[in-house]
Amino acid sequence: MTALAKAMPQLVTAEPLMRFDSLSKRYGPVVALDDVSAHVYPGEVLGIVGESGSGKSTLLRMMNLQESPDAGTYALDLPDLPPNLFDLDRFERRMLCARRIGIVYQNPHQGLLMKNSSSGNVAERLLIAGERRFHVLREKARGALDASEFPLDRMDAPPVELSGGMQQRVQLAKAIALEPALLLLDEPTTGLDVSVQALVLDTLKRLQQDRRMTMVLVSHDLGVIRTMADRVMVMRQGKVVEEGLADQVFQDPQHAYTQQLVHAKL
Amino acid sequence: MTLASLTRPWRAFSYGFLDASAKREMRRKMIKAVAVPGCQMPYASREVPIARGWGTGGLQVTLTLVNPKSVVKVIDQGADDSVNAASIRRFLTRVSGAGATNDTLAASLIQSRHRIPEEKLRADQILILQVPNPEPLRPVEPNMSAARQMHADADYGRLWLTLYEQIVRSGRVMQGASYPSMVNGRHVMSPSPIPRWDVPKLHMADHLTILSAGREKRIFAVPPHTRVEPLVFDDVPYRVEDHAGLTCARSGLTGYFMNEIPQDGGGSAHEVSDSELGVKAIRRAEGEDPEIGATWYVDGEMQR
Repeated sequence: MTALAKAMPQLVTAEPLMRFDSLSKRYGPVVALDDVSAHVYPGEVLGIVGESGSGKSTLLRMMNLQESPDAGTYALDLPDLPPNLFDLDRFERRMLCARRIGIVYQNPHQGLLMKNSSSGNVAERLLIAGERRFHVLREKARGALDASEFPLDRMDAPPVELSGGMQQRVQLAKAIALEPALLLLDEPTTGLDVSVQALVLDTLKRLQQDRRMTMVLVSHDLGVIRTMADRVMVMRQGKVVEEGLADQVFQDPQHAYTQQLVHAKL
Repeated sequence: MTLASLTRPWRAFSYGFLDASAKREMRRKMIKAVAVPGCQMPYASREVPIARGWGTGGLQVTLTLVNPKSVVKVIDQGADDSVNAASIRRFLTRVSGAGATNDTLAASLIQSRHRIPEEKLRADQILILQVPNPEPLRPVEPNMSAARQMHADADYGRLWLTLYEQIVRSGRVMQGASYPSMVNGRHVMSPSPIPRWDVPKLHMADHLTILSAGREKRIFAVPPHTRVEPLVFDDVPYRVEDHAGLTCARSGLTGYFMNEIPQDGGGSAHEVSDSELGVKAIRRAEGEDPEIGATWYVDGEMQR
């Protein structure tokens, strides 16, 4: 039995929800990912930390099927999917991401239509999935925004008129509107002030607990990872240098780079 | 100095002005457009003796289809007698020897800017619509390469999102013209800036409609008996302009699409937009017996 299974048996089912094996990716001479393997169990929060250029964002883009590796496989334990999701064509990838994978980007401009209404941004996700009833769109958008603790009296305000924290909540509502199997969070609180950061993290934690949502959280902020993650993967120069339960990694880091990161934070 | 003295005699031109190569290009692209209804086909748009944006796309199609037995009608915003319509009509007859008419029923080729006649078109008639902007996705995706990918994927969620935003902001769909419409259940087209009133006339029609944008170099078509369905939410029905109760101040016609004419006193009067239909009604009122064909709308209700 793994350490995770011992520590949190309620998380571990027979099969991981997500599994990627031996992912490698080069950009010319630069090695972005070097034989990276990992898995995530249903209801688990996996935190990925590492300095800039360590490969964590490349990995996240692959999880969101925006990029393909030079080698390796990626599987989700969901019905009607091939054993390697990189075998899907561009359209199939897009539909899978729209319906089953939610993502919150660091920069709201990347994830939102800034001049459309906030509810419209959420509705867009539902429209891609084929919903064509206006009142259903409206109610589902309202529900997702409410779950993200977005003030409903501003649900028709465009994100361009909202604060950074509110924009992230709209992104979150958009990501969870279709109750995705997997939620990817790419530095979701970077750039927010500390109090707003805490509020957004509270919302994420509550969502995770209420919905047993499986999340992958990428951040260079160890405090955020420590608050959110059940398990941590430390990356450096495209490789996973350490992996383990969050408390274990933070209290007793084994790899010299992890020790350096933890002490730098402290 | 006259115009005739500045131009070469028509015999110096190819029949129908366009050279054989240009006509072949148009024919090939028209056949493709008919084969894939609603799908925009790129084509080599030639120079014609009117400015880009004044109907060059429609004119090239008409010049390709016209023959000496054709009878051509040209409409500009519903009127046959505008300067642009008259110029195009005169040019067409001059370079092809085809006949010209204002009567919808007598025409074999109808080139139109932004209106579809109120009288039903027959299977032996072809409607050619001039199109300023053929790309329905342009307002939501300015990158045309990405827009083409969206067409390939039938990814039209953003168009519905536009309608959603209009309903949220204004309580109803505000799109007045160029209403995005799904053709044959596959491609969304912009049916040129025809009013919403005219879009249902394309649905399962007996006639062939060819839509051509000369400046944008795109051609697409709605073949006869093809579904043309305006994008609508399941619970927000499509609505045409509320003109059913308006009466034409000149002809007395009621239940057709009207032009609003501002009056000196601050009010407004209405005139039936299809000017030839109005003329026929006036002639009938004066005791003549012009043939008026069946109309798409009767008392403001679309007839199927």
